[in-house]
Amino acid sequence: MNKIEKRLREVLARGEKGLIAYITAGDPDLATTVELAVAMGEAGADVLELGVPFSDPVADGPAIQAASQRALAGGVTVRGIIRAVEQIRRRSDIPLVLMTYYNPVYQYGPGRFAADAARAGANGLIVPDLPPEESGPLLEAAGDNQIDLIPLVTPNTPARRLPVITGRARGFIYCVSVTGVTGERESIMTDLAAMTDGVRSVTPLPVAVGFGISRPAQAAAVARHCDAVVVGSALVNTVAQKAGTPGLIKAVCEQVRELKEALTAREVQGVAAL
Amino acid sequence: MTMTVPDERGYFGRFGGRFVPETLMPALEELDAAYAQAKQDDRFREELQYYLAHYVGRPSPLYFARGLSEFLGGARVYLKREDLNHTGAHKINNTMGQVLLARRMGKRRIIAETGAGQHGVATATVAAMFGLECAIYMGEEDIRRQSLNVFRMRLLGAQVVPVTSGSKTLKDAMNEAMRDWVTNIATTYYLVGSVAGPHPYPVIVRDFQRVIGEEARRQIQEQAGRLPDYVIACVGGGSNAMGMFHPFLDDEEVVLIGVEAAGHGLDTPLHAATLSCGRPGVLHGSLSYLLQDDDGQVAPVHSISAGLDYPGVGPEHSHLMEAGRARYVAATDREALDAFKILCRTEGIIPALESAHALAEAVRLAPQLSRESIILVNLSGRGDKDVHTVAKEMGVSLDE
Repeated sequence: MNKIEKRLREVLARGEKGLIAYITAGDPDLATTVELAVAMGEAGADVLELGVPFSDPVADGPAIQAASQRALAGGVTVRGIIRAVEQIRRRSDIPLVLMTYYNPVYQYGPGRFAADAARAGANGLIVPDLPPEESGPLLEAAGDNQIDLIPLVTPNTPARRLPVITGRARGFIYCVSVTGVTGERESIMTDLAAMTDGVRSVTPLPVAVGFGISRPAQAAAVARHCDAVVVGSALVNTVAQKAGTPGLIKAVCEQVRELKEALTAREVQGVAAL
Repeated sequence: MTMTVPDERGYFGRFGGRFVPETLMPALEELDAAYAQAKQDDRFREELQYYLAHYVGRPSPLYFARGLSEFLGGARVYLKREDLNHTGAHKINNTMGQVLLARRMGKRRIIAETGAGQHGVATATVAAMFGLECAIYMGEEDIRRQSLNVFRMRLLGAQVVPVTSGSKTLKDAMNEAMRDWVTNIATTYYLVGSVAGPHPYPVIVRDFQRVIGEEARRQIQEQAGRLPDYVIACVGGGSNAMGMFHPFLDDEEVVLIGVEAAGHGLDTPLHAATLSCGRPGVLHGSLSYLLQDDDGQVAPVHSISAGLDYPGVGPEHSHLMEAGRARYVAATDREALDAFKILCRTEGIIPALESAHALAEAVRLAPQLSRESIILVNLSGRGDKDVHTVAKEMGVSLDE
């Protein structure tokens, strides 16, 4: 069992639900990303998801699109992000997942990307535009380097695709809460229970739900149906608002702490998942 | 030469595939199945044939451009007059086919991306005719330079959604259309306008555009008594070129030339010549040649023609280039403008700036050939939409 799954199981064993917190690497700059990552771990994030920006992020809504453009305008590169991962790993043992699109991985070379990311201390990869039908080369490289390729399941994924998607997965299964792109939403209409039950029927891996979750109460409600909750755009928006001010790290950590508190409350403990 | 591609995973040689978010995978499978069924259905083929004949105005003429040929002083140049289709370009061949497919699939809402606005107009047109809701994504930069087409789409009842992300051009419009599709997957049909995108779009669009080459191949044999020596078409995403080339693939003596946009020149960063200067990468759901930096970030591109201003290219073109079956060259903004003016004066035809890139290659090639040689150029669209751009380049103000 690799670091990500192990951490999530520890969290569940304590009667909590996991918080997977996302920020875009290089927004506003990589030095801040390193500080943020370390501090977010201390503030209660159980897994850190670090976005490797791509110029054309089709699965992302306005907040992460804008963060990606800011990071790219600031000159961030894949190599620079891998160095930042190294620096984070020296100061924190938080499980770390890189989230990017396939072209930066393809240009770097799937084998070399998995090897360099793993060597730097990354534990998982999420590539939203890489369905199982195309993931062969990266999956093999990830396996060779003990780094988890985490797949996505969406509300419209038919039951017959679930074994194909989860069959070779490791770490956790990322359930997308809505048919849509990332970004804060008022409410989530999807029947999450049905989706996560379907996923659990084909895999013993922990199940996380993400897309659209921003507030602690929302996280707590979603967590009733899963093992961990992913929060991204809400944190990215805080980074955008506070960038360049001394209060940036404190503000993001405050948000992380509130989210984690909601995932530790008695109400979310009811559904013992594993 | 084995040209019966792609394979069942949508690969043309090593190009193509389906690199999309999971939400789109079931929709692409549904589309694939619906298209396979439609293709076998005589009623579908007859319906498409009916609308192509009576609404689009097919077959489009093949015209021997005597004035242009004499001016160039060499090969005989024939023009496939896709500019004479309803809405003024080849785009409607594909939108008509796909809208009939969307209706079969029970979709009531159509979305599309557009660059120059020709595909947007062609989509808005068929949506209006069949009473379907229609949203067209268009980059803010393109909205500015193609205001006439924006107004046409609105007259046709489409919602034109300005795209302000990224470079604010065609690639960003396609990103935004994909985001809409991911969000409204149950109700919405995404009508892709070029031979790009995830499988099966490159096949569907190619098949609906093949009518260009099928007609032209028959017409040139009727008029000239033989096949052409050269077939030339412009390539942005590459739909008019693929439609023209495909029926000639097995005629090995016919040289196929795709003309990309060299913008300010291939030695500058301001061009859109993907096959000439790019390398393989993944954008908009398929693996194909791509203009990008070392890190795989998609490069900003430039062309005077909004329809060619695209950093990717259809995967089958990448395959044809690597297989050596088609040759890809590039024409600069200046060369396209010169060819544009030549056609206006010698033939009384105002071509689209996209098509003017194909003409520019004919202008270069024809004088080197004998009078016995035949060049077939796909005149993919008419130039009314570009008159403002050309006037500006000539230093003429059309505003009051």
